[in-house]
Amino acid sequence: MAAPFDLNDDTVVVVIGTGAGGGVLANELAQKGVSVVALEAGGRYLPEDYVNDEWESFGQLAWVDPRTTSGDWRVAKDFSGLPAWIVKAVGGTTIHWAGASIRFQPHEWKAKTTYGNVQGANLLDWPIDGEEMDPWYTLAETKLGVTRTGGRAGLPGNNNYLVFEKGAKALGYKEVHTGRMAINSDDYDERISCQQTGFCFQGCKWGAKWSAAYTDIPRGEATGNLEVRDHAQVARILHDDTGKVTGVEYFDKDGNLQLQKARVVCVAGNSFESPRLLLNSASSMFPDGLANSSGQVGRNYMRHTTGSVYAIFDKPVKMWRGTTMAGIIQDEARHDPSRGFVGGYELETLSLGLPFMAAFLDPGAWGREFTSALDGYENMAGLWIVGEDMPQETNRVTLNHDVKDALGLPVANVHFDDHPNDVAMRNHAYRQGEAIYDAVGATRTFPTPPYPSTHNLGTNRMSENPRDGVVNRWGQSHDIANLFVSDGSQFTTGASENPTLTIVALAIRQADHIAREMSAGNL
Amino acid sequence: MKTENSPKGLTRRQLLARATAAGAAFVTGSGFLAARDGAWATELSALKPDSFATLVQMARDIYPHDHVGDEYYVIAVKGYDTPDHAEDIEAGIEALNGAAQGRGYDSYLAIGWERDRADLLRSMEDSPFFQRIRGGLVTGLYNQKAVWPLFGYEGASYELGGYIDRGFNDINWL
Repeated sequence: MAAPFDLNDDTVVVVIGTGAGGGVLANELAQKGVSVVALEAGGRYLPEDYVNDEWESFGQLAWVDPRTTSGDWRVAKDFSGLPAWIVKAVGGTTIHWAGASIRFQPHEWKAKTTYGNVQGANLLDWPIDGEEMDPWYTLAETKLGVTRTGGRAGLPGNNNYLVFEKGAKALGYKEVHTGRMAINSDDYDERISCQQTGFCFQGCKWGAKWSAAYTDIPRGEATGNLEVRDHAQVARILHDDTGKVTGVEYFDKDGNLQLQKARVVCVAGNSFESPRLLLNSASSMFPDGLANSSGQVGRNYMRHTTGSVYAIFDKPVKMWRGTTMAGIIQDEARHDPSRGFVGGYELETLSLGLPFMAAFLDPGAWGREFTSALDGYENMAGLWIVGEDMPQETNRVTLNHDVKDALGLPVANVHFDDHPNDVAMRNHAYRQGEAIYDAVGATRTFPTPPYPSTHNLGTNRMSENPRDGVVNRWGQSHDIANLFVSDGSQFTTGASENPTLTIVALAIRQADHIAREMSAGNL
Repeated sequence: MKTENSPKGLTRRQLLARATAAGAAFVTGSGFLAARDGAWATELSALKPDSFATLVQMARDIYPHDHVGDEYYVIAVKGYDTPDHAEDIEAGIEALNGAAQGRGYDSYLAIGWERDRADLLRSMEDSPFFQRIRGGLVTGLYNQKAVWPLFGYEGASYELGGYIDRGFNDINWL
């Protein structure tokens, strides 16, 4: 079982964070015989602990440590202290995620080449491409048991999907189905099939949805090569005079500062905490923070051009029944500048329970216009927009030295302004979403603003040239050879797809690389 | 709720006899507030009965649902009836009544039309008092499990085996 490693053991790989990036990386390394200490800020929760109750679950799982916001995005006004809806727990946001698992389109790896110069955007091509990623995607799909890949059947459509599908087909959309989902349509990998319970966002109580919490983490621990320390909040990454990282300081569950030595450090704390940690690790040798000679740490924050469309009909839909996000229209994901913007977007079914609908349908709204919408809750259908947003240097995570967390560390400030391309895309998607529901007889539609972000990307981006980004094609920092970034913060651009499958594929690939380099004596 | 559930064992008749009017919907006595039809009543520990009645009306005017009874709005704002909150709430209610008087009404509760009360609230919607009450209602009202069925929402389903055999795809009008 889980091997405890000594704090002074400097042969271990330290992985910070245990979500789609860190959790997968830790297990993949452990399977290859590499000794890993994974440090997770949150606690351990398994399916029996999850709660079919939106606010109670939020209180159990969400990262609610202080953060601050700025910029013109509406989240900064409506949820000023909560820029993201992500999880603080072993397994990270793979507990909360919807399960949508789609590959980047080939052109999306080359956004700068494909889209050209977009004023105000800091576009860049990834140093890798779809062909190189193809086998890693296949491994990721197999790990997650993604439906409609590898011969696995699709999920059945629920009420919300059936409304969505009928409207989509009426509009002439062709690529409409119940999605490629990391939710079992049949028993797979010792997990049962989806029971159409809803509450996918609150942790799947059946374990039908893949989550690192109950797959990769325990399997890694079973090798004896992985120790996961929960309630371990990393404060700083340390380095020696040669500029190599040597370990990390973290606060343990009792609030005591510990120092874990390391041979390699992999940062996977999500796109807010990862750059925050690198910036908080500034030293006399690296006064601007670790891995930041480019000045790009924290910059180019992306969150997808999101938004929702809800619609009310004259008869019941009961959208909350069944899988939360098993439904997709991919026709608009193409790059087609004739629509007035570059890049594309996916439309995916989405439902919220009544408590969250009250909070998110039109945050801050009140009075009869708002409540008459909620009166139609039972007759409501909903979809979510996931589109590629433009990386901008000024959209960034910085340290807010005026606000400290419970441990006394400066918190992350998240600044975001919509790019005109983001606005044009969102408005197009709102129109299409409303048209879908109008085609099925909607009596009222709601272009609902973005929620606190779940897709947080790009703040330690991957680049061919060290001048343009923070990490190279392996997620290895340009500046420090034994420091890696292993989460969505390494995304060069966001593409239009839900990011988890790509994060997992990159983590599997990175584990292979790190193990190989360690064997070769290069790390 | 029957009269035997009224505060301090009062019968509905006694309760109504003691009460002074507070708007159309409520009757108040010393330390309690009750529905005019006797459907519910609540004891108060810190707020003045008229103030609490005003708060309940304000809650309904912020999130009006005609099929949701006052008892749920009472529950949603009952948390303010504590010594910790009373001073701020009384001050907020006083300001609200002052604004109503500025428009020629005796009090907020004396404004007959919801539209006119909502106009008044709109004029003060950026105030910390309004935002506190509104923000608290988002969970205080809509996160009451007893309210959910009134909107058709079914809540947790895991304990019932999910909807795989209970209508996840039962839509019949498409």
